[in-house]
Amino acid sequence: MQASGMGSAGLARLQGLFAVYKPPGLKWKHLRDTVELQLLKGLNAGKLPAPKQRVRFLLGPVEGSEEKELTLTATRVPTLIDHPLVRGLAFTSLKVGVGHRLDSQASGVLVLGVGHGRGLLTDMYNAHLTKDYTVRGLLGKATDDFCEDGRLVEKTTYDHVTREKLDRILAVIQGSHQKALVMYSNLDLQTQEAYEMAVSGVIRPMNKSPMLITGIRCLQFAPPEFLLEVQCMHETQKQLRGLVHEIGLELKSTAVCTQVRRTRDGFFTLDDALLRTQWDLPSIQDAIQAAAPRVAAELEKSLRPWLGTQEPPGPGQPWDSERPHSALRPESHVGH
Amino acid sequence: MALSAQQIPRWLNSIKLSSFMTALQLRKGFQRPGKTLFCGVFAQPHASSDDCFLQWGFRTYRTSSLWNSSQSTNSSRREINCAQSTLLPSVNELSQKTQNIPSLDSELSLEGLDDVPPLSPLQPISDEEAVQIIAGPPLPASSVTLRDYVDHSETLRKLVLLGVDLSKIEKHPDAANLLLRLDFEKDIKQMLLFLKDLGIEDTQLGPFLTKNYAIFSEDLENLKTRVAYLQSKNFSKADIAQMVRNAPFLLSFSVERLDNRLGFFQKELELSVKKTRDMVIRLPRLLTGSLEPVKENMKVFRLELGFQQNEIQHMITKIPKMLTANKRKLTETFDYVHNVMRVPHHIIVRFPQVFNTRLFKVKERHLFLAYLGRAQYDPTKPNYISLDKLVSVPDGIFCEGMAKASVQDFEKFLKTL
Repeated sequence: MQASGMGSAGLARLQGLFAVYKPPGLKWKHLRDTVELQLLKGLNAGKLPAPKQRVRFLLGPVEGSEEKELTLTATRVPTLIDHPLVRGLAFTSLKVGVGHRLDSQASGVLVLGVGHGRGLLTDMYNAHLTKDYTVRGLLGKATDDFCEDGRLVEKTTYDHVTREKLDRILAVIQGSHQKALVMYSNLDLQTQEAYEMAVSGVIRPMNKSPMLITGIRCLQFAPPEFLLEVQCMHETQKQLRGLVHEIGLELKSTAVCTQVRRTRDGFFTLDDALLRTQWDLPSIQDAIQAAAPRVAAELEKSLRPWLGTQEPPGPGQPWDSERPHSALRPESHVGH
Repeated sequence: MALSAQQIPRWLNSIKLSSFMTALQLRKGFQRPGKTLFCGVFAQPHASSDDCFLQWGFRTYRTSSLWNSSQSTNSSRREINCAQSTLLPSVNELSQKTQNIPSLDSELSLEGLDDVPPLSPLQPISDEEAVQIIAGPPLPASSVTLRDYVDHSETLRKLVLLGVDLSKIEKHPDAANLLLRLDFEKDIKQMLLFLKDLGIEDTQLGPFLTKNYAIFSEDLENLKTRVAYLQSKNFSKADIAQMVRNAPFLLSFSVERLDNRLGFFQKELELSVKKTRDMVIRLPRLLTGSLEPVKENMKVFRLELGFQQNEIQHMITKIPKMLTANKRKLTETFDYVHNVMRVPHHIIVRFPQVFNTRLFKVKERHLFLAYLGRAQYDPTKPNYISLDKLVSVPDGIFCEGMAKASVQDFEKFLKTL
């Protein structure tokens, strides 16, 4: 049946990708359900439709005749079939998809897709873009699930830990993951293009691989707390917490992770993320419209193969040269 | 022969045959020609067979005879399952000429009608008679939605114009069946006049009936008794109207049950009669809801959260909703406010609104104030922030007045959590 004017027009503008800021402590499924409910509320809040009519054949006297002759005439009578109280709400469910998930304790940018945007979520997944996280760690204790509120396993001292030691360990981690990046992208480094790409540092695997860290550095160090910025792909938040635990072990102390926060997912940053007060129909529609051209451009670029003659990707991000540009397709490699 | 509410017990377990005579009254909504032509559907009940007749035109009559003969719930349940989708007596009238049931003509006796000989479809008729045949598309025999019947039933039409949400009622097949069979003038009107006497406005009748559609199967005398009981307990007319508006099922409770509930609250909470009355007027769903959560919550307050009886009494007279709140949410909120925000018991008692707000709101605002160094909840010290203002004011006033920052700063802070 016809939806109200606001509803169908609103639905037309509700096709695409947008990002929300998931607060800590909220499950991603509850968030998705909340967003769906708010969108449905907005769509159903349209104006009342005009009262409909239907055609019935009614008996009535023939005009221009003196006798009591009856004949059937077609007349429009009002009908209640499409009254909102009879038909119910126009929109009862809406399919909202979720991109790379965040677990309950983590927070940060979470990409959602509505309508046709759900297909774009698959494209984003296949683009294998990197993500940025800020990870906060606490030296001096170890727990079983690497979180601060887990069951305590060990307590250690951390006076011997210095900034230099930490930086050294982070450099070792980055180096080992760099090797893994090249290995998992199945490139033959003997070719000229592969060498150029490796030099400019845009190699990344375009298929399944374990968690790979493309960049890691320490932002703040105030013992016992430290703040890391991690750029990675194919990760889970639990693996990031495990990483903090391993860093503690490498420092000959122990560490737990107090906060995992995603600051960038592909091309959606913190500025694009909508806060809880903005999870309503107009804000989400505006966010989709604002992000649409960027989404289209980036996805198209990631699907195109990177040729050596093109301009190598410049330093897009302020501190590293890792940009989510396209990597060579796996089929261009030799062997394997 | 008019249908009265007494003849429809609550769960439609038995319907007497006389009720189907009201099918005649549903004719009023239709444009009718001069002649009325039956196909003799008002049958003598046969107390013979047990199985459901699939011919819809006779289903109710057969089943009604079964209900009369064997009043066991099993058989009537089965009959309700057979007649699960609605069976509309009024449909009979629309389909007189289109339906031809010759096989049963011989079995039936036309009681109380004139000597009209049965008509055969091959009999030639004049043009005037032909014009007067109404042969519109037949109504569906059974349907899961009331949309198919709303244009053909005056009762449904008037209910929609009153504001009753039929799309919600059709989810309960018993209720939908009941509404289809009732007649607006005879039954529903009396109930509506009673409700209006009670003090419910015209605009509120629709939402009320959407919630409590079963009130039509209640006895008007019983309802009047219950209202008299409430008045004897010194509830004023306006109070009763407000209670019925907020808890539509209140009048469906018997006098003993209401008495028990009021007694329970008075005993359990150890409040004075006047305070109990005020609390019940404010939150009448205490009387209609289950009592187990209330008992659980009282234990939680006393044992888990460690409040004294007079503190609990003070809190629930201010916020009666706490009695029916979720146990887990109560403990989580208290844990955060008491252990993380370090607010002692006697201050929480003064501001029980914290138990009525979402925990994330409390957390976000407290963390922002802590970040700015303004998280001070002790009234004896300067720069004191009261808990009720912390949770109840909107974001703009919170940021300007209490945090002395802008809303953009608050949003930036939220994105760092």
